[in-house]
Amino acid sequence: MRRYIATIGAAAILLPLTYVLPAFQNYQLATVAAYLCATAGLTVLTGQNGQLSLGHGALMATGAYTVALMQNAIGNLPLSLAAGVVVTTVAGAVIGLAAARLRGPYLAGVTLAVAVVVPGLTTMFDDVLGGDQGLTFYLAPPPFGYDFPFERWQAWIALAAALLTMLLLGNLAGSRYGREFRAVRDDEIAAQLSGIHLARTQILAFVVSAAAAGLGGGVLAVLAQSVSPGAFSLTLSLFLVMAIVVGGLGSLAGAVWGAILLVALPDLTARATDVFALPAAFAQRLEGNLPLAIFGGTLIVVMIMAPGGIHGLVTHQLTQRIGKRGR
Amino acid sequence: MERLAFLTVDGLTRGAVYAAMALALVLIWRGARIVNFAQGAMAVAAAYVAHSVTAATGSFWLGFLAAPVAGLALGWLAERLVMRHVGHDRPLNAVIVALGLVLLITAVLGIVYGNEFRPAPPAFDRTAGFALLSPYDIFVFLSVAVTVGALALLFTRSKVGLRLRASAFAPEVSRLLGVNVGGMLLLGWVLAAGVGALAGMLIIPTEFGLHPNAMDRSFVVAFTAAVVGGLDSPAGAVIGGLAVGLVLSFVGGYLGDQVTPLAIIVLLLAVLLIRPAGLFAKPAARRI
Repeated sequence: MRRYIATIGAAAILLPLTYVLPAFQNYQLATVAAYLCATAGLTVLTGQNGQLSLGHGALMATGAYTVALMQNAIGNLPLSLAAGVVVTTVAGAVIGLAAARLRGPYLAGVTLAVAVVVPGLTTMFDDVLGGDQGLTFYLAPPPFGYDFPFERWQAWIALAAALLTMLLLGNLAGSRYGREFRAVRDDEIAAQLSGIHLARTQILAFVVSAAAAGLGGGVLAVLAQSVSPGAFSLTLSLFLVMAIVVGGLGSLAGAVWGAILLVALPDLTARATDVFALPAAFAQRLEGNLPLAIFGGTLIVVMIMAPGGIHGLVTHQLTQRIGKRGR
Repeated sequence: MERLAFLTVDGLTRGAVYAAMALALVLIWRGARIVNFAQGAMAVAAAYVAHSVTAATGSFWLGFLAAPVAGLALGWLAERLVMRHVGHDRPLNAVIVALGLVLLITAVLGIVYGNEFRPAPPAFDRTAGFALLSPYDIFVFLSVAVTVGALALLFTRSKVGLRLRASAFAPEVSRLLGVNVGGMLLLGWVLAAGVGALAGMLIIPTEFGLHPNAMDRSFVVAFTAAVVGGLDSPAGAVIGGLAVGLVLSFVGGYLGDQVTPLAIIVLLLAVLLIRPAGLFAKPAARRI
């Protein structure tokens, strides 16, 4: 019940916000929401089930390309997004089947291979997937008349997807399955001894998290109205891992922090570099790479100094202030 | 028949480089139980240093020598400043920190050198000069053979090698016997990074050129090679590297270059699912 109230509350705050914010900020809000689908899914997998995936960027690409192909074929947005989720779920099940037999660095290696190799498939099937150029598609205008801003409509689509994902994943985490996920993460052998089917649990976590990533990728495609392999490179996969680690592994609230960081940090660094009068070529290099450097540096520092991430720090401060009422 | 011979030579050349990369991975895995996911990025960084040295001095060979030296330094920095401080309560921690290093290194390279491809000329002619084997192929084989031979001598015939092996297999006992286990760990990282940098110098001219992400795919292939041989076995890494090079060369030659990416995944998954410990490792009982 608490989660339904929280979801409705979030919607009640965000809906008026889309009327207040200017178009670009609405677009950024929508991008945060798209990333949130993927980071929340990855949180379930890595934070709650202990399986590290470096291939979630590729899963987002799967969702995005399916949406693009479906939009061009049929042009029904809900149907396209649903198809994106279904196809990514199937892909997730295939990887999950393999993942359930692998541990630690081996799983990371396989998913890394997926992240590096999958964008190359677009050239292998370039007559369907458009090679390096990718695909563009048409998105019908909002059904509220032509003076309704397009960005607000995109924000609604993205926020609806993100809220739905958060609600479902929250419910899952609170259910028996969520407890089994965490039991497997904390101690595989103890979990097995208490009658949890190890492989089944791990595959379920992978499938769920893939579905969320597929939805996120699909929404991202809807925001850009195009897909290309460059948007789903290895860097995106690493960014997603970075986001959930810095946000705080293990809690869905951390995924929110991570998704916000993914959008806010490049924007902030771009503004910060604007302050200094830099040569144009150098400023351009900085703009693309400085967020990467900050992400990488933060990832290292957080992992070594504060493995709980932002969410851990915030809740730590709160519990200290309220007086320790358990963790 | 001629095509088969050509693909075999080509596969073995590429495989030799993958073998060197895989060997670097194995060195760190044996010492620290860490797969260094930043290996490719570190090799690229060393290659950029080589590029700068060559540009500054005008001498290709000074640059070529600078790469392994830069690799050694990077390995030292990575272990001393970063990896040493990673908590070991979860195996994922080290992987995640290494990924942070990847992001950091590629970003710094992008800021300093830009994200364009730069030409990376090979040391010798790559077109087959006479009887299939090009001068570059011979150069690659010789470099890798000398490196592998030197490492083998170091590990099996020297006192440092003994200490290295001892601290990798039984760190506690070695410490009690007076071995500087932390120092050996550092040495392992430094050696591995140097070998990785050399491999990078050999492989980048055969790819599209110098780019901050130039080694992404090669790293995945090298990881596959290390897994084929079993992460614990240096000899396995060499054989695994050659085998993977051959497989990819045949797949690319007979089925088309676009198929090789898929072949990498299929090969990696097949090995992991059939023999997760690698083809050359003795199966060990899982510790509880």
